[in-house]
Amino acid sequence: MEAFTAHTGRAVPLRRSNVDTDQIIPAVWLKQVSRTGFDKGLFSAWREDPGFVLNKPEYQGASVLVAGPDFGTGSSREHAVWALQQYGFRVVIAPRFGDIFRNNATKMGLLPVVLPAETVEALQSRAESDPQAEITVDLDRREVRAGDLTAPFEIDDYTRWRLLEGLDDIGLTLRHADDVTAFESARPGWLPTTV
Amino acid sequence: MGRTLAEKVYDAHVVRRAEGEPDLLYIDLHLVHEVTSPQAFDGLRLNDRPVRRPDLTIATEDHNVPTTDLLKPIADPVSRTQVETLRKNCAEFGIRLHPMGDAGQGIVHVIGPQLGLTQPGMTVVCGDSHTSTHGAFGALAHGIGTSEVEHVLATQTLPQVKPKMMAVTVEGALPAGVTAKDLILAIIAEIGTGGGQGHIIEYRGEAVRSLSMEGRMTVCNMSIEAGARAGMIAPDETTFEYLKGRPHAPQGADWDAAVEYWTSLRTDDDAVFDREVVIDATTLTPFVTWGTNPGQGLPLGDSVPDPAAYADPDERQAAERALEYMGLTAGTPLRDIAVDTVFVGSCTNGRIEDLRAVAGVLAGRRVADGVRMLVVPGSMAVKEQAEAEGLHEVIAASGAEWREAGCSMCLAMNPDKLTPGERSASTSNRNFEGRQGPGGRTHLVSPAVAAATAVRGRLAAPADLPADL
Repeated sequence: MEAFTAHTGRAVPLRRSNVDTDQIIPAVWLKQVSRTGFDKGLFSAWREDPGFVLNKPEYQGASVLVAGPDFGTGSSREHAVWALQQYGFRVVIAPRFGDIFRNNATKMGLLPVVLPAETVEALQSRAESDPQAEITVDLDRREVRAGDLTAPFEIDDYTRWRLLEGLDDIGLTLRHADDVTAFESARPGWLPTTV
Repeated sequence: MGRTLAEKVYDAHVVRRAEGEPDLLYIDLHLVHEVTSPQAFDGLRLNDRPVRRPDLTIATEDHNVPTTDLLKPIADPVSRTQVETLRKNCAEFGIRLHPMGDAGQGIVHVIGPQLGLTQPGMTVVCGDSHTSTHGAFGALAHGIGTSEVEHVLATQTLPQVKPKMMAVTVEGALPAGVTAKDLILAIIAEIGTGGGQGHIIEYRGEAVRSLSMEGRMTVCNMSIEAGARAGMIAPDETTFEYLKGRPHAPQGADWDAAVEYWTSLRTDDDAVFDREVVIDATTLTPFVTWGTNPGQGLPLGDSVPDPAAYADPDERQAAERALEYMGLTAGTPLRDIAVDTVFVGSCTNGRIEDLRAVAGVLAGRRVADGVRMLVVPGSMAVKEQAEAEGLHEVIAASGAEWREAGCSMCLAMNPDKLTPGERSASTSNRNFEGRQGPGGRTHLVSPAVAAATAVRGRLAAPADLPADL
């Protein structure tokens, strides 16, 4: 996983709530067996509309998505995270996220930032009035800075540390393989196996 | 202080607990399908890691499989490659697979319970958000992404932070003609698509206790649609009765030991929930969705809502957008909405009891002219049982299509899909834009409402149909 310390980039306002992962990447794109090429599928149904915000020239190259509440609800497809990253996003800001999406994002180094609805609204308005304005998302200091606005956000210490260091969860868990073996030896014998 | 059912199961699976770190939780059963696993297996190969417990892992082909012509290769080359990739991965890593055409094949959340692999008190994960289904047995079951699929394959564990606890208590009995699907749609409309976020929901109360295992699975299945990763119901005699004699259920003295443990899996009287919601079952009626998220639902007797009536600006905007996408006008009675397609199936409502309900309504009746109705069993075993009961004959005689098992039109990764502008009544779980095919419009309904809608051509409950056949 790529480490994340702080990121500065331009923002795209996505004024929609309940942006489910079927919208972020429709199911037809999930048939790929590789981890690449999902950028083309990002919001592919909505991008057919020339007026959709991601199609506007002024938002090309933006790297912070500022969305409405309940972003990433629905399907567990991690492809939604891959699509956002491969399109160029490093951060998604929203008042609330779907649990699985948020979890998937932190595994991949896409930073999900929860901010109050009023702050999200302010950031969206700012990106609309000045699409060139930059925004800084500082994981180290746990704050978002945009012009005069400084907004602290919460993230648990462990996830923050993992993201700052760019650490792979599996490698961390495998350090505790002995604990897993000990646990396994104490499991009840009647638990099922698939064989 | 007492503990909740979910806390008991969670605590029993903590492999390692350390200050400032997530708990490491042991996973008893890992279900795998073709869509969310290929990149996870690639990751194992890249790092030269084996699957730690292939004997606690099982795979099936479900999302991509066609529901006709099973003996021919899959026509879509991309779908075919994905299914073939799963076969290669299962062979390489020694994982049991139920491929297309196999008698054990089916939707991943249908086959686990059917085989008796899903048992009370277990931890179950799958790269699929509807893994919450298995909570119907008192298992702690949730969906995971591909990174976590790889993590479980490699370590049989997951780092977890204990979620918050939420109780949904359904008091009183469901009126006749009101089903588990109506109940869960009403619950989601009440608490909202984000209402369960960060929580495990335990469903309690008389109406929940009275549900069959199939009904409990329908309820727990859609927990994710209320934002909760997991839903649970305490195991009881109904659970034990369902499990007894299934291929992977304990036998003899093991059965007795298991039942003794399972009986302890209930929320203590002095346990505390972070949030509690009470639903009065006696006031419920058949429930349908009108919008593009599962929280946008109403009783069938209501009308399409007026977005202006929503005080919350996000909800108002979402309703405006939903009506535009759905091609609906505020004030239209829901019973006036005509459909082109009726889909019965999915991990929500593709079980034997669902098919019996559908056949019960269709018996002696015809699907309306111009309506296409697909009935897709959740597994090949469900199909076999339905055929043994003669349900397929009733369904086919009505003009509906009787298909092979798979996820099918729930998410339209196989050839079963809506065309732009087409409208369906569907027993599946998501009415998102384009979910059943680009531009398709979905109304989520119960199996009984699906069947009645097929006969009437407009959203309807069985009670709306003429009694004289």
